[in-house]
Amino acid sequence: MRSCSAECELLTPGSLEAVLCLLHDEPGLWTPIAGGTEIMVLYGAGKLTERKFVSIAVPELREITEDGGWISVGGGCSFTQIRRHVGIQKHFPMLAQCASWLGGIANQNRGTIGGNLANASPAADSPPALFAYGAELELISARGKRRIPYEEFHLGYKKTALALDELIGTVLLPKRFDDSLRYVRKVGTRNAQAISKICMAATATVKHGHVEEIRIGMGSVAPTPLRLAATERALMGTELTDAAILNVVIWEARRALASETAPIDDIRSTAAYRTLVAGNLLEEMLRTFAGAAR
Amino acid sequence: MQSERVVGQPVFRKEGLAKVLGAARYIDDLSMPGMIYGATVRSAIPRGRVLGIEFSPGIPWDEFTIVTAKDIPGKNYIAMINNDWPCLVDGVVNHPQEPILLLAHPDRHLLPQAVAAVHVRYEEMSSVHSIEESERGRTIIWGEDNVLKSYLLEKGDVDAAFAQPDIIIVVGEYTTGAQEHLYIENNGAIAMYDEHAGVTLWGSLQCPFYAHKSLMAVTGLPEDKVRVIQVETGGAFGGKEDYPSMIGAHAALLAMKSGRPVKIVYDRAEDMAATTKRHPSRTRHRTAVTKDGKLLAADIELCLDGGAYSTLSSTVLSRATIHSGGAYFWPNIRVRSKAYATNTPPHGAFRGFGAPQALFATERHMDRVAKAVGLTPEEFRRRNLLLTGETTSTGQVIRQQIDLQGWMERALDCANYREKKARFDRENPDGVRKKGIGFAVFLHGSGFTGSGERYLNSLVGVDATAEGRIRVLVSSTEFGQGTNTILCQIAAETLGVDYDVVEMAPPDTGIVPNSGPTVASRTAMVVGRLVQSAALGLKQTLIASGLLGERYLTEEFQAAAKAHIGKHGGLCSMSRYQAPPDVYWDDQTYRGEAYAAYAWAVYVAEVTVEVTTYSVAVDDFVALQEVGRVLNPVLATGQVEGGVAQGIGYALYEKVSWDRGLMKNNQMTNYIIPTSQDLPKIRVYFEEVPFEHGAYGAKGIGELPMDGPAPAILNAIAHATGEDFNAIPLLPEDIAERLAAGAPAAQEMATV
Amino acid sequence: MSMREFSLRVNGVERIVSAPPMARLLDVLRQELGLTGTKEGCGEGECGSCSVLINGELVNSCLVPIAQAAGTSITTIEGVGAHTKLHPVQQAFLQCGGAQCGICTPGMILAAVHLLEKCPNPTREQIEEGLNGNLCRCTGYMRIFAAVEKAATTIEAGVPG
Repeated sequence: MRSCSAECELLTPGSLEAVLCLLHDEPGLWTPIAGGTEIMVLYGAGKLTERKFVSIAVPELREITEDGGWISVGGGCSFTQIRRHVGIQKHFPMLAQCASWLGGIANQNRGTIGGNLANASPAADSPPALFAYGAELELISARGKRRIPYEEFHLGYKKTALALDELIGTVLLPKRFDDSLRYVRKVGTRNAQAISKICMAATATVKHGHVEEIRIGMGSVAPTPLRLAATERALMGTELTDAAILNVVIWEARRALASETAPIDDIRSTAAYRTLVAGNLLEEMLRTFAGAAR
Repeated sequence: MQSERVVGQPVFRKEGLAKVLGAARYIDDLSMPGMIYGATVRSAIPRGRVLGIEFSPGIPWDEFTIVTAKDIPGKNYIAMINNDWPCLVDGVVNHPQEPILLLAHPDRHLLPQAVAAVHVRYEEMSSVHSIEESERGRTIIWGEDNVLKSYLLEKGDVDAAFAQPDIIIVVGEYTTGAQEHLYIENNGAIAMYDEHAGVTLWGSLQCPFYAHKSLMAVTGLPEDKVRVIQVETGGAFGGKEDYPSMIGAHAALLAMKSGRPVKIVYDRAEDMAATTKRHPSRTRHRTAVTKDGKLLAADIELCLDGGAYSTLSSTVLSRATIHSGGAYFWPNIRVRSKAYATNTPPHGAFRGFGAPQALFATERHMDRVAKAVGLTPEEFRRRNLLLTGETTSTGQVIRQQIDLQGWMERALDCANYREKKARFDRENPDGVRKKGIGFAVFLHGSGFTGSGERYLNSLVGVDATAEGRIRVLVSSTEFGQGTNTILCQIAAETLGVDYDVVEMAPPDTGIVPNSGPTVASRTAMVVGRLVQSAALGLKQTLIASGLLGERYLTEEFQAAAKAHIGKHGGLCSMSRYQAPPDVYWDDQTYRGEAYAAYAWAVYVAEVTVEVTTYSVAVDDFVALQEVGRVLNPVLATGQVEGGVAQGIGYALYEKVSWDRGLMKNNQMTNYIIPTSQDLPKIRVYFEEVPFEHGAYGAKGIGELPMDGPAPAILNAIAHATGEDFNAIPLLPEDIAERLAAGAPAAQEMATV
Repeated sequence: MSMREFSLRVNGVERIVSAPPMARLLDVLRQELGLTGTKEGCGEGECGSCSVLINGELVNSCLVPIAQAAGTSITTIEGVGAHTKLHPVQQAFLQCGGAQCGICTPGMILAAVHLLEKCPNPTREQIEEGLNGNLCRCTGYMRIFAAVEKAATTIEAGVPG
């Protein structure tokens, strides 16, 4: 333990309203802490610069509700809750899958989806599935609520659309992907408790052999989790069922992918490996989709 | 051989109950009245001169106990082979994370800030960070040529063999990386000083008398004023052989200066960055073989990266040198080996102790030699494996009845090797999942090398307490491998009493004799044998005294022991090591009986290489070994499984990332060991050929399972991919780099 | 910042502890309450040696600030079984060789207890997953898997531990 606990304050207001008031009254002064799986690691290593924390582990943020065409996941829901939720398993199986890839069981019990997104690691496990499922976020503050597409959340490395007094209140998932083709894969340093070298999720609709809609999310290939907009554009309308054409499509898609990703060398992998494997995953996805469309 | 009541039975681990209850007390669980906490200021550069040490304001320095090299009352070294490893830097830094200054304070939370507030000014000097750089010798950091130690082992006439006509010559270079022990309990120690009693040290450690020797040197205190007590130790694997002497000396220095008990417990980051690792290696093989696949000669050049001080490198290099020939008959062999100095924290003991490096090279190379002569790996090995009566690389005659060919066949059958190999060959061309199967045949010498056991001159005791309990007196320690259990089994068996009435005397240098260090797969075979003879002496004493008949129950034995103690004041039997007869070893020429016995093994690995991600999964693992008599089947199986898991990590996951001698990935998150979801079913089989000089026929088992997994796995990967990978750890990034030349992207680019 | 008082139920007993709110639950258990069966291996939620149950859920106590544990019910290894009455998981670890050096054992046993609570008859894959946050460097996990399988059978048969 390299930090001195006596130097830190941690408030537990206990209700969402009280948390939001605190954040509103002294914006930027209080750092929210949810499951602690990120902040407490930095704290233990003596790498936290912040000294004042507010616990946002409040019951109001821990609900998963289903109504009409949406499933709403409270920002404070743990990955265990997400994995076990029948509606998510049914309508958003890739999100349940990504939740199962996060840390070990104990970390899934504590880690929250809001924390995962707000922490904004490019290697986070849940973002690719959220891109693929067209998720939206409801950001809340004492000032009120606002709703944004998840694509607009990440602004740069560890920079998000959250204002100083805002929290991720709800992650909203539209139930319109039940019939879509899907592809999800994590490439980590090992099978469990692994930080992603690459994580990818995609949904697609293919009609008469042609891509009608496609959404692809990828992690660890850019300063933020990424929706592969250029790759999606390159793939829209293309034909997947003809083997010869498919090879061209794959090549075009790899080129588009390379144009919008910028992986780096770090302690877990190399830029060269990430570039190569990202392309391989894209190809595997397309061959899977092509196989399903035939 | 199956007639024993206790030996060979799966009796429960002696300290198992305390462990499953969470009641076992490890070093960080202990506290002493008035105890304060110590921390270490370490070097930030790989090599240079210390110009000055400054203490930043804002820290209440007067509350701290501060120790530098000048405060050392005795000698400034950790007592090892050459005594060249400083306890604290005195002017010159030779590696990152070298201890320079010690701090102690009653509030452990203040220490990290205080450590950060000590600023050391250096004049940096050029440094050396690889075997190649050290070999090149542009910068000399050790002696005249950077060579910490070298050996030459020669048998037959190697040059003449290579000059023969009609032979095939196969060359290869093989490298292995550093490996972190990653025992789950970090290093830690508590020291207490008292003018009358001297220094007492409690520690998480393997070798109480090693720490004892270093404490005598550093404190300048006589033998009877230094006492070392091992506490429950949460894993070691060789990593707590040498470094505990360092941390123990630091705690003792702080305790002497402060007059209070001092606890030093490293956190994970410090433990990983500062303490020892397995020696990285580079081995070059040049092999002469006849066209019908008989080995004629080996010319092997093996180099280890020893780190900044000589520490244990000479003995690690020795074991590597001797194991280089593997389990084969070589009419001619030459091994030239060197340990090079680099500006890295000293590499040290790690399960296998040089053998895993040497055998990785040999067993990878043998697959390549087989291919070169057009034989299958198994047929090629069948023609060359050692037979009873043949001689090893050091000229040692194999007297034991071994059947390596038969054991190889059994292991291959258990793995369904031939059927799978054929199937994989058929199916691989179509899939993105390439399957492969490979194996390794190897050996591991039990006990200290050469004359080592004779120098150790181990002493062991068995005694009885006034309550009629039997105690085993040894300095051999428990750190998970089962020392407590098997030694109590041996004593119970010999005495003819229940296992439950036998216990271990505390591992305290003030109580137990020096039975040597707990290393080198020597505990079961060497120390166990001494326990057996000491126990026999105790029994004979009771029988001779007329207190005990030839046949008795446990209670009768205990009653007799109590009666003897009542009459004579005590009951203890000691036994000292005696070398087995007709054992000859020459330290100069490296000829003779290198080890009293060898354990043998055949390991088979089945893998899948997935060419989308270039990742490797081990799907099945067969571990067959001959270790003499198996004293406790549950413990022995656990030893093998654990060793195989570490071997899988060594081959596929565990990479130390270095930055000028500093470990960069010194976190559990970034140094990757297998989890419960990364291992295949490990199937363990034993052959038992009792060794007449081991306890109830036992040989060594602890290190053997570390030697085989890496070459077996890389041989399987070669089968799966058709590519020779000759370096470990082998990560997906390395496989990608090799296979990417033919990757789909490049191909398709050409066709579009 | 000042110390605060927190009440929590530990192994069935109401306890009041005084600690800074960011103090790690691990440190409070070990240093304030003397429950040293909970171990620290990495301090970053990676090894699971510090595993405890909070309201029945497995957590790494090195990542839980005490303020967030206030008002909860905590089970540590000391609350799982006793000398006179081992939990079936403890008994199975002893019998199957699930403990070697023993440092990961308390956390591993809590992970196993947690798994069997959620999933009384786990497959081998479920066992592997249920223990995936608890690193063991000694056993290679095989004896641990065997112990969990054995414990599941014992519990199902209703044999008292």
